[in-house]
Amino acid sequence: MQYLVSVIFDRDKDGFATPEEGAAIDVFNERLMAEGHWVFAGGLGTTDSATVIDNRGGETMFTDGPFLESKEFVAGFWIIEAADLDVALKLAAEGSKACNRKVEVRPFM
Amino acid sequence: MNDADVGKAITRAHHEEWARLVAFLTRRLGDLDIAEEAAAEAFAAAVQRWPVDGVPPNPGAWLTTTANRKAIDRIRRETRREDKHKEAQLLYDDDPPEPAGVIGDERLRLIFTCCHPALAMETRVALTLRMVAGLTVPEIARAFLVRESTMGRRITRAKDKIKAARIPYRVPPAEDLPNRVSGVLAVLFLVFNEGYLASGPDSDPVRHDLTAEAIRLTRLIRDLMPEDGEVAGLLALMLLIEARRTARVSGGGELVPLDEQDRGAWDAALIAEGHRLVRERLAAGQAPGRYQILAAINAVHTSARDVRDTDWSQVVALYDQLVRLDPSPIVALNRAIAVAELDGPEAALAAVDRLEGKLAGYHAYHATRADLLRRLGRSHTSRAAYDRAIELAGNTAEVAYLTRRRDQLGR
Repeated sequence: MQYLVSVIFDRDKDGFATPEEGAAIDVFNERLMAEGHWVFAGGLGTTDSATVIDNRGGETMFTDGPFLESKEFVAGFWIIEAADLDVALKLAAEGSKACNRKVEVRPFM
Repeated sequence: MNDADVGKAITRAHHEEWARLVAFLTRRLGDLDIAEEAAAEAFAAAVQRWPVDGVPPNPGAWLTTTANRKAIDRIRRETRREDKHKEAQLLYDDDPPEPAGVIGDERLRLIFTCCHPALAMETRVALTLRMVAGLTVPEIARAFLVRESTMGRRITRAKDKIKAARIPYRVPPAEDLPNRVSGVLAVLFLVFNEGYLASGPDSDPVRHDLTAEAIRLTRLIRDLMPEDGEVAGLLALMLLIEARRTARVSGGGELVPLDEQDRGAWDAALIAEGHRLVRERLAAGQAPGRYQILAAINAVHTSARDVRDTDWSQVVALYDQLVRLDPSPIVALNRAIAVAELDGPEAALAAVDRLEGKLAGYHAYHATRADLLRRLGRSHTSRAAYDRAIELAGNTAEVAYLTRRRDQLGR
């Protein structure tokens, strides 16, 4: 079973990742790989760099900015392999500690 | 056997077999939703068949067989590809009778799934009442004063999340157990409290069905974890509160405070059992948790034959211990109530007034202040505090009591 672990960035509280956070994330990533939980992970640019595309009509529409303006946004993610939610929650808790941010866990369908 | 006897047999079977049935089917089918539906259909079948065919010699076995058949029917109806192998498994599994211990564990598994920390607290309470206690959705909706459709959606959403996010159906491993058990106890205590101090203008002041169910489930947890101090503590606490249930509300539907209760009306058997549990925990010599301390406080109260015999210094000492564990303003408020008996209302009022910032929206804060001000002869401020307490109180018996107290104030 795969889960998406999204890293939640709070504009008001969080700054850019520090070198310590980066190092902790590396350690965590290595563990995910060693224990067979790793699928993929990545950091994202801020929502200022987002573009929304709507091609449902006749003409492709581009909108500058994110689909939802909010003070919190997804700043990165892991996709992990876990037997069940208990395993996923434990890994996500460690991920939250490593990156020093809140995270959200959602199952893939 | 007449219809009334059959009705009783069905009620008893529901009480004894519901959780076991749901738990058994969930493990077998890996699907809480199908398990719940099949169990409900089996009981509906019993309501139809038993008055005609008679109560079967082993109601549990009859219900299990019937529910199993209903579940297979549903899976067949859905005949989706992925269910084919499930069906085959069902057909070839010969249903060996399970030893009692395993059956117990089975229900425990169900409780831990319903009380999973990834579910919101209100959802955990609702799901536990439905799946483990076997209350119907309308009954649960009534208990928590929400629409039936709202409660139905809440339970459906929870079942969907359990399935989609794969919340495991098992008792957590030993290293996670203490944390997870405390989550289960919190749910059971919430159920008990809702029964004990039911809210809402139209609800009975005490919902005995909820307090009884909470006690029954806590006993179940205790059977399975007899050495856990907090489980014993919570059971003792519930028993010592439940023992005073009938003395707590007057014939006129008014709350009777502890110092005015007819102590002869307390349930001696429940008190004896509660005291036995508290003594057992004291003898264990381990640092007590929150529920054990609350149970000990209630043991001190229920040991006094007359309110004047209450060992208030012991009560305050226990609250001191509780404050160190749980420095919440509500604990501080309850401590102040005991301080009033030990050091007088003046000292207590000073302690209560310090809590205003945190408890200004809580009816018990104003009720406590009103009582202390009344005892100090400050009728005018007392009246204002009663007014505010009445405005905020949700329990009908409590409102009646506070109103009488206010109206008895001198000018």
